[in-house]
Amino acid sequence: MRSIRTFTTAVRALRRNVMRAVLTTLGIVIGIGSVIAMMEIGTGSSNAMQKTVASMGANNLMVFPGQARAAGVSAGQGSSVSLTPADCEAIRQECPSVQAVAPVVWGRTQLVADGKNWVPNSMSGTTPEYLDVRQWPLAEGQNFTDRDVRNRATVCLIGQTLQRELFDGHSAVGKEMRVNNITFRVVGVLATKGANMMGQDQDDVLIAPWTTIKFRVSGSGYSQSNQSVTTVTASGTNSISNLYPSVVWSTYPTKPSLQSLDSPMPVRFANINQIVLAAWNADQIQPAIEQVTSLLRDRHHLRPDEPNDFDVRNLAEFMKVLGSTTALMTNLLLCVAAISLIVGGVGIMNIMLVSVTERTREIGLRMAVGARGADILRQFLTESVVLCLMGGALGILLGSGTSWIVSATLGWPTASSPGAIVAAVAVSATVGIVFGYYPAWKASRLDPIEALRYE
Amino acid sequence: MDLIRLNNITKTYDLGEVQVPVLKGVSLAVGRGELVALMGASGSGKSTLMNILGCLDRATSGEYWLDGQDISELDTDQRAHVRNHKIGFVFQSFNLLARTTALENVIMPLTYAEKSIPDREQKRRGREILERVGLKDRMGHYPSQLSGGQQQRVAIARSLINNPPLLFADEPTGNLDSKTSEEVLQMFQSLNNDGITIILVTHSAEVGAWSKRAITMKDGLVESGAFAHSLHAPNLKAVVEAERSELGIVL
Repeated sequence: MRSIRTFTTAVRALRRNVMRAVLTTLGIVIGIGSVIAMMEIGTGSSNAMQKTVASMGANNLMVFPGQARAAGVSAGQGSSVSLTPADCEAIRQECPSVQAVAPVVWGRTQLVADGKNWVPNSMSGTTPEYLDVRQWPLAEGQNFTDRDVRNRATVCLIGQTLQRELFDGHSAVGKEMRVNNITFRVVGVLATKGANMMGQDQDDVLIAPWTTIKFRVSGSGYSQSNQSVTTVTASGTNSISNLYPSVVWSTYPTKPSLQSLDSPMPVRFANINQIVLAAWNADQIQPAIEQVTSLLRDRHHLRPDEPNDFDVRNLAEFMKVLGSTTALMTNLLLCVAAISLIVGGVGIMNIMLVSVTERTREIGLRMAVGARGADILRQFLTESVVLCLMGGALGILLGSGTSWIVSATLGWPTASSPGAIVAAVAVSATVGIVFGYYPAWKASRLDPIEALRYE
Repeated sequence: MDLIRLNNITKTYDLGEVQVPVLKGVSLAVGRGELVALMGASGSGKSTLMNILGCLDRATSGEYWLDGQDISELDTDQRAHVRNHKIGFVFQSFNLLARTTALENVIMPLTYAEKSIPDREQKRRGREILERVGLKDRMGHYPSQLSGGQQQRVAIARSLINNPPLLFADEPTGNLDSKTSEEVLQMFQSLNNDGITIILVTHSAEVGAWSKRAITMKDGLVESGAFAHSLHAPNLKAVVEAERSELGIVL
């Protein structure tokens, strides 16, 4: 009740000098306005940047097989054979932080089409989900399907570089090319991705179902995939050594079937070279690492004291860049906000001091009829807070308007930021209290006799 | 019992090196329902005495009893409370809030009442009092739209809003012409008839003539009229006792 009356008194006092009140709040208006505008534009660009960085793989994790170690001799990273497509499937089903996951097998061989040949930098066998993981859109055509993966279908996606080198830049969709003497049909062409951080051309790529690459291109048939050591070969590029296509020369004569039955090899399922996965966002990367690690340890039956037989890696560099950019932006905004709000606050203080002097008689009268110092203090403080809040409200409108105009005319990405609005209101109230306190305190300390006599 | 009783009040202004005594031991009494004029030339200590009586200032020494309450020991906030509900002020220059309606001006002191009063009740009381001072049809007017006499009546209404037992009028007719002065003084007269104690602070004998008793100040002392039967007895205490018993009979 009393606070409402104090509020209406404050509003009435401000209405006595509308022009002055508006000019006074201009500092606050501009301060809050610039913060809101920069916040919205900044959030927009930061979102856009995050999206870009995410497409570069900032949210991606890669799982590699661990090292093979025998008698103290390590064969190096990725030398063990521990990852299977089933691991990949398990990650998809059991790790909530993982948005998409795909297995990868590598190959490297020559492609022939239209009388030209080319060896792509990267030849990945995977599942259709791979494009989701890498956030890699298709420029043309369509993705291959899960059915293609099951059927070991000879279909593939190619990158822009391949299209340029093999098809002279003409659309490759629907065309055929030979990969290791197997005819592949190009079903889609990937959008340009450019070089990665190490300068490797990411568009120099062929993507096909992993079953096709593994069992048909790399030449390891089903029979071989059941052996304990898999040879990932790029054989067959030499036509002399490959008189009969798709037949791999074995060093040793084939075991008779009876002998095989007598000495069974341990059954090993098809292994894969890598699992790539994408976390939902940058914050989910750490949980995803933990979930994948514990899941794979469980699946690989590792005892607690055994080291991992796989490696989970992330692109920590990217994440750091992302974090530092955001932090820089936030600090910059804070500096701008602080400066403009101090300027605005000094303006408020100035006018409130003028107002106190101007209304000395009113203060004296109010004291004579029974207002205590605290009442006067509260009244002037309310006035300056109301002033600042009005400035803040105008500033929010101004800032949102500016960012809207910017996005409408310049096409910059913007995003409304409710946090900034809440902060703006809180900050303008704080400015009102901080800079209104001294004038209000001065008013409350007036001597009623002197104040009543003041001319 | 008296409404006001001062016992040997002194007030000395401390101007650093010099001590300026303004009141040099004032004793007086005002009974309930009196209409008293406080008179004196400028520099006589009249204003200082009024400030002390009005609880705007503190005496350096002495006792001040108002409505049975010892005022001399109160701190600033407590004095503000006393001013709010025991004393009404009417000033020479009206001191109305500009760009604020007559009604809003009148109910302004209620803002500072100890217990908060609902808005509707405040307005009802404001209207009632404005009717009483004859401004029924001027409630929504701003001070700039009112004549001097009307403004002073708004000020009187404002001083009455808390039903104070005591009303101070500091040169209430100083800014008014003789005709409106008379109206305003008549209003004080009628308020006094309703039982409100009024102290008119003035230097004009004409205004003083409206009172039933004049307290005259000179050189920081009461020259005459300190007690109901203006006596200058050497034995002040005996006089006080006599006054007290006599007033008791009167009341």
